Amino acid sequence: MKFETPAGKNPIDQLKVVGRATSRIDGRLKTTGNAPYAYEQHDVAAHQAYGFVVGAAIAKGRITAMDTTLARAAPGVVAVIGTLDHAQPLPKSRFNTAHLFGGPQVEHYHQAIALVVADSFEQARAAAALIRTDYAREPGQFDLAKAAPDAPLVPGSKGKPDVARVGDFDTAFTQAPVQLDRSYTTPDESHAMMEPHATIAAWDGDRLTVWTSNQMIAWGKASLATTLGMPPEKIRLNAPFIGGGFGGKLFIRADVVLAALGAKAAGRPVKLALTRPMMMNNTTHRPATIQRVRLGATRDGKLTAIAHSSASGDLPGGDPEAAVSQTQLLYAAPHRETFMKLAVLDLPEGNAMRAPGEAPGLMVLEMAMDEMAEKLGMDPVEFRILNDTQVDPAKPDRSFSQRHLIECLRTGAEKFGWSKRNPKPAQVREGRWLIGMGVAAGFRNNLLMKSAARIRLERGGRLTVETDMTDIGTGSYTILAQTAAEMMGVPLDAVTVKLGDSDFPASAGSGGQWGGNNSTAGLYAACVKLRAMVAQTLGLSENAHFADGKVIEGEKALPLAQAAREGPLTAEDLIEYGTLDKQYQQSTFASHFVEAAVDAYTGETRIRRMLAVCDAGRILNPKAARSQVIGAMTMGVGAALSEELAVDKRFGYFVNHDLAGYEVAVHADIPHQEVMFLDYPDDKSSPMKAKGVGELGLCGVGAAIANAIYNATGVRVRDYPITLDKHLEHLPVLA
Amino acid sequence: MKAFTYERAQSPAQAAAAVARKPGAKFLAGGTNLLDLMKLQIETPTHLVDVQDLKLDRIEETAEGGLRIGALVRNTALASDMRVRRDYGVLTKAIVAGASGQLRNKATTAGNLLQRTRCPYFYDTNQPCNKRQPGSGCGAIGGVSRQLGVIGVSDACIATYPGDMAVALRLLDAHVETVDPQGAVRSIPIGEFHRLWGDTPHLETSLKRGELITAVTLPRPIGGRHLYHKVRDRASYAFALVSVAAVIHPDGSGRVAFGGVAPRPWRVEAAEEAMPRGAQAVTAQVFAEARPTADNRFKLQLATRTLAGVMAEARA
Repeated sequence: MKFETPAGKNPIDQLKVVGRATSRIDGRLKTTGNAPYAYEQHDVAAHQAYGFVVGAAIAKGRITAMDTTLARAAPGVVAVIGTLDHAQPLPKSRFNTAHLFGGPQVEHYHQAIALVVADSFEQARAAAALIRTDYAREPGQFDLAKAAPDAPLVPGSKGKPDVARVGDFDTAFTQAPVQLDRSYTTPDESHAMMEPHATIAAWDGDRLTVWTSNQMIAWGKASLATTLGMPPEKIRLNAPFIGGGFGGKLFIRADVVLAALGAKAAGRPVKLALTRPMMMNNTTHRPATIQRVRLGATRDGKLTAIAHSSASGDLPGGDPEAAVSQTQLLYAAPHRETFMKLAVLDLPEGNAMRAPGEAPGLMVLEMAMDEMAEKLGMDPVEFRILNDTQVDPAKPDRSFSQRHLIECLRTGAEKFGWSKRNPKPAQVREGRWLIGMGVAAGFRNNLLMKSAARIRLERGGRLTVETDMTDIGTGSYTILAQTAAEMMGVPLDAVTVKLGDSDFPASAGSGGQWGGNNSTAGLYAACVKLRAMVAQTLGLSENAHFADGKVIEGEKALPLAQAAREGPLTAEDLIEYGTLDKQYQQSTFASHFVEAAVDAYTGETRIRRMLAVCDAGRILNPKAARSQVIGAMTMGVGAALSEELAVDKRFGYFVNHDLAGYEVAVHADIPHQEVMFLDYPDDKSSPMKAKGVGELGLCGVGAAIANAIYNATGVRVRDYPITLDKHLEHLPVLA
Repeated sequence: MKAFTYERAQSPAQAAAAVARKPGAKFLAGGTNLLDLMKLQIETPTHLVDVQDLKLDRIEETAEGGLRIGALVRNTALASDMRVRRDYGVLTKAIVAGASGQLRNKATTAGNLLQRTRCPYFYDTNQPCNKRQPGSGCGAIGGVSRQLGVIGVSDACIATYPGDMAVALRLLDAHVETVDPQGAVRSIPIGEFHRLWGDTPHLETSLKRGELITAVTLPRPIGGRHLYHKVRDRASYAFALVSVAAVIHPDGSGRVAFGGVAPRPWRVEAAEEAMPRGAQAVTAQVFAEARPTADNRFKLQLATRTLAGVMAEARA
């Protein structure tokens, strides 16, 4: 099905199943420990051996020798693979920046350099410690602040210029009666999802099956084929349950490559998982940024000039953290300039982490907006509303498909009690606590990606959905079941959903908050096909409608099951998109409101309450969507207050590489969260009229917290995370 | 984890003798720290002597009017004991500020005293660490040291003793009772239990080889307001940047000890006479010899401010 014109009325609009707050259909499996995550697929292949991955002890250089003699002789060891077994690194796919395995070169700390396979995990781990490796260290660049000034501009893609310009920023900024020019930093961050990267690999002749934890099955299969140098059709990749990914599992990592190599060497299936330290230095992370924002405004608060630049670093051939992208679309101003610089750093690979670009970009832009509102003497909510735009500022004839940011802000302000905020900072005290409120806008684009699905009407009338879509904790199983139930007129429990298998039709996968809308739209297309097949089988026209397990047309009401009396009916289709996302800018919007308390003695910040109001198209399942948003808000608390991969700039690695040292928010940090959805169907996004929501909840939260802290203390900290040491000495002195 | 042998001891003296007998042997109690370190090969004992059967899990009143806390009393049991809550509130508050409910259910009194530093360079076997591998150097000096020590540190090591419970025990003048492999018992003042690093940061306590902790004793209650404030980057489940344990009397006099700043709970008794004059007067003396890094210099101001907050709380 090609989606080329705005959606008209369709069966989803009935909202008998879709749009209802529905508990996860896989919830029971998960809460009872019966959902098989990659490492727990004990039954899929007999005689599994255990792998343990060894990481490089240096950040940059060459391995001159590796002695595996002791490891090979250790109890229980079945096979040992060393990086020097390969003269060159294994080929990598276009999605990987760092090589995953092979060759003498060390590109980053904890790069996989060896694998030990043994009968037990403990044996493999013990033997791994017996491998002796000699290195020739080479100097590397690990300091973004040092590298940023000389870093080159990021070339524009597809013929776009390096610097995106609208109007004449320099002149407009110079002439602006009110100016703001500030620099900010955001740190390297780790996805820190619960489930580690893990894989079981089994060979059957020249065919390979991997049970792994991966967000993008089709990409994973193709990448693995590239790296192992084998035809993709010989590979099956299976990831039915994923314990969080946040972008850290978009691309294959060393676990799947080494499990495959290990299984081949061992002659039996191999399972392995990366350790937590390996996750932080072996895989990917959100890169740190140094950002600068310049805003020019009239005295009555109209922005005339907006510039935003960002510098980040990555290994050679890597990508920038696109922290300026939202700035091209969020606020009106006739004169604009955005650009990025990318330094070469020899730290582990920087790559996508939940809301890449927007998350750190909005932490900065929305703090700058707060600073500008204060300069102007304006309320920060009103300042944002005044500068709203309903069109793409670079192409004023291109409007947003929908945009209700103003309503998000007004509704949120009303609900949160924003009018009680004292605009003058450091005025509100409750005992030892300084109290403040902050606001920020949230923004994240809605991405359209083709997505396929198969649906089968079984004998007896049950429906089976098959697609390689993944559920990374988001609720994919449930919204797909809701979609099928709505389309085919059956109750939710008549639908079985099977996901994450590369033998199934290729979906959009999970990433960039595109999974929900696109994967359900793909299933919608398959359901449209199945409805036609059912109608034809039953001798009805395409006007028949599907409800209560029946297919109804005029006086006729036939059981849906009757269509499968002679055997299952299977329909497969793909949603593809025309140019609606070119004609219209498709984005999602939010307002975030935060009340924070800062201990006047110790500088500790404690969040008191948070509210997000989201404008993200039709909400397919308010319960699942709320879970997504509160999870994202929690991640935003970590980003604002405590999360930072600390770089040792001498040795070139992230030092705090476990969950004791890398501090994500814990339950005690999150006392009260509220989420509201405006729930306006967007007919230009897909037949589902839904948009992404999983990343929106993170976009802007950090700045709302930073702004609340400023309102509480009167001290502006522009370097995230806002730990107590950064404002302590400026807090009021107390007896 | 390296392969090791294992036995369960039936008496304290037997346990002590068993550890003394085998080079590289260690006691195992709750295992919440030791087993983690073994998995990372930071600890590589050849033999474990499990002491869980030794029946050292009772809290008894002493003839002097204090308490004798068995070495195997779990943190949860100690923190929730009614006598501790009533007379030694700072101890309860310190214990519940540490770790998590699950860990406190497992962790023992003696094991908590012996927990090892959380310095990230100690935790990464690729990096130099004089504590883990004597003579290899200190990765933390000149590295990432925000969490690390500001006083009592040395050129060989700037790690901290990370615990909370021991800070309260130091404040309360607890003693550590031990038995050695010959069956001899002694009582070590808590202030002499943890060593400063000096040139030998791998030696962390005054325990001799094979010497087993059997109990911790508390003297008679001293009254006053009992307070413990632990400052950290998140609200729970983090080690202290700075912690303050204090007992404060209505006239402003009292005692104070600091955690998260040194190789041991940091208490300077001579500075306590300054308590009625306020936090600054106290910390100026307590931290007179401080040698912070650029990363952790803030801990000095934080210690003063945290104590000021504790003093204000005592007045409230």
